[in-house]
Amino acid sequence: MSRAHPKTGELARFVYREARLIDEKRLDEWYALFAEDALYWMPLVRGQTDPHSHTSLFCEDRFLLKVRIERLKNPLSHSQQLPSFCQHVLQRPELVERDDDAWEYSMRTPFVYLETRLDEQFVLGGVAHHDLRREDGGLKIAVKRIELLNRDAALPSIQLFL
Amino acid sequence: MIASSYASSPDALRALVRPDAVHRDLYISEELYELELERLWRNTWIYMGHDSQVPKPGDFYTASIAGSPLAMLRGRDDEVRVFLNRCAHKGTRVVSAVQGNCGSALRCPYHGWTYRLDGSLRTVPQKGGYRGTEISESAHFKGLTPVPNQEIYRGFVFVRLSNEGPDFHDYFGDSLSSIDNMADRSPEGRLEIAGGVLRYYHDCNWKMFVENLNDAMHPMVAHQSSAGVAKRLWEEEGDGGEPPMVVQQFGPFVNDYDFFDNMGVKIYENGHSYTGVKFSIHSKYSAEPEYEQRMVEAYGQERAHAILGENRHNTVYFPSLTVKGAIQAIRVARPLAANRTVLESWTFRLAGAPEELLKRTMTYSRLINAPTSVVGHDDLHCYSEIQRGLHAQGNEWVSLHRNYDPAERDGIAGVYNGTSEVSMRGQFRAWLKYMLPHDEAGAS
Repeated sequence: MSRAHPKTGELARFVYREARLIDEKRLDEWYALFAEDALYWMPLVRGQTDPHSHTSLFCEDRFLLKVRIERLKNPLSHSQQLPSFCQHVLQRPELVERDDDAWEYSMRTPFVYLETRLDEQFVLGGVAHHDLRREDGGLKIAVKRIELLNRDAALPSIQLFL
Repeated sequence: MIASSYASSPDALRALVRPDAVHRDLYISEELYELELERLWRNTWIYMGHDSQVPKPGDFYTASIAGSPLAMLRGRDDEVRVFLNRCAHKGTRVVSAVQGNCGSALRCPYHGWTYRLDGSLRTVPQKGGYRGTEISESAHFKGLTPVPNQEIYRGFVFVRLSNEGPDFHDYFGDSLSSIDNMADRSPEGRLEIAGGVLRYYHDCNWKMFVENLNDAMHPMVAHQSSAGVAKRLWEEEGDGGEPPMVVQQFGPFVNDYDFFDNMGVKIYENGHSYTGVKFSIHSKYSAEPEYEQRMVEAYGQERAHAILGENRHNTVYFPSLTVKGAIQAIRVARPLAANRTVLESWTFRLAGAPEELLKRTMTYSRLINAPTSVVGHDDLHCYSEIQRGLHAQGNEWVSLHRNYDPAERDGIAGVYNGTSEVSMRGQFRAWLKYMLPHDEAGAS
C-alpha cells in the first residue's frame, strides 16, 4: 500500500483550505474535494441524526452542489447581481475519531461565518464536522455536516456555503 | 401618500385600490401596516396551527397573530383551544417556549397563578389578600382569555380575533376543497405535522409573497438560473433514465408560458384562489405504486383516482396561509412590519401512507422554500427589490392589469387563464373589504 495515514496537521490543513476555497469563491476546486458519494448536510432540527427524518437546510449530493455552483456562475442568478461574499473564521480543527482500516478521519471544527451583500451582513456560528477519507487521489470529503447554532431562528437568505 | 390618516378615512382607503392597480402605500406605509393588523388580520380567519402539533393533553404551541401572542393548548377533554398568551394577572406571557407540554396546569413564571388546561383559573397564591376587592368579579379571575372565534377544519386551526366578521364557512367557501384534497390524500384522511419547520426571514411586505403564490408569469424568468441549471445539468450529465426527484421538482419551474397559462387559476371571493385547475408543476412526479394501492384500498378505485388526479399548484387562503396539497406542504405568513415578514414552511405526513411521501415533501420544501433554497433566493430578491423600488417618486401605482375584464367588478369568482393577474385583483378586493370599518364595509 503506497498510501500513508495522514497526521492530524495534514487533516487540519485540509479543513482550513476547504473553508478558504469557499471564501475565495474557488468553487470548482472546492467541488473537487468531495468524494463521489459525498453529502454536504446542514440539519434543521437539533439532535437530528439523519437527513431523512426531518427537513434539512442543506442536504446536497454532488449533483445538487454542482447545481448551486453553476447557478452562482450564471449571469441570470438575480439574487447575485448584487454579489454575496463570505468569510469563515475557524477554531483549530480537532481529530475526534479515526478508522485506519477504512482510511476515514473525523474532524470537529467550531466556526464563525459572515456573509455580506453590500450594506447587509449577518453572522452565523456553529460546529462543522468533516468525515474525511483517504482515497487514491488524496483526501476527500465523505460527509460535511454543519451544526448551525441558531438553526431554529428565522434565517435570511444564506446564499453561499458554510 | 394619498391621505394623512387612513384610520379615520374610509374614502382614503377606497382610493388605494383600483380594479386594475393598487397604490404603493399598501406595501410601504407603516401606518397602513398597523391598520392592517387592527382590521384585516383581526377581521378575517387566520391560520394558527395544526391540531397534530398538540397531540396530547397539556401540549401547547404558540404563535403571534396580528401582534397578539396566542397559545394553542389541548385540554384533558381532548379539545384544542386557543387563548391569549398573557397571564390574567399582570400580562406575563404564560408560555414562552414555542411548543411543549405543560403537564396538568399552566403556571405563570412571575407570581405563580395557575390555570387548568381549559384555561380556567386554578390557584392564586395567598388568595386571602384579594378578600374585599373587586377582583373576583373582574376578568382577572376568569382565567386565560379565549380568542373570540376559532374553528378547526380537518385539523387546521383558524382564529378570528375580532368579535364581528364573517362566519368561517362563508369566508372560505369552496376554497376549503384544497384542504380537503390534501387531507384526503392520506388513506386515513388525516394529516400529521412532521419534519420540522423552515423559518425564512423576508425583508419585504407580506403581500408580495401571497401575491407571488398564484403569479404564473414569474417562474420562467425568476427561476431560470436555478431550475434551468438543474434541468440542463441533468440533460448533460444524467444517465438518460428517469430524472431523480430533485430534477422532477426543479424542472417544471422553467416550463413555458403556455404551460402556466393553460393550467388555469380558480378564484373565490374573499381573496382565496388556486392555480393548477387542469394540471400543475406537480402532475408529472414518478408514480408511488405502494401508496396508490393503499389509497385504492381505503377509498375504492374511482374515488382514489379522483383524489390523486387533483394536482393543484398553490392555494391561497387569504391572508395568512398557502397550501400545496399535492406536496402536503404549507406556508404561513407572519408579518412583522411593513417591510419585514417571517415565512414558515411546514410539511405533513399523510397518516397511513408510506414514509417515501414525507421524504418527497421534505425534499420539495428544502429545495424550494428554505432560506438556503436557490429558488427562494431569487423570489426573495425580487420581493426585496419591489420593496425598495416602490419608494421611487413619480409612479405611485402597482399594475394588476393583466387580463383585466371590467365584468370582474360584478363578481370575481370563476376560472381564468393561469397567467392572469386576477388572483391579485381578488386579494385586493378582499383587502379593501376587510380594511374598512364594519359599518362601511357594505358601502364599498
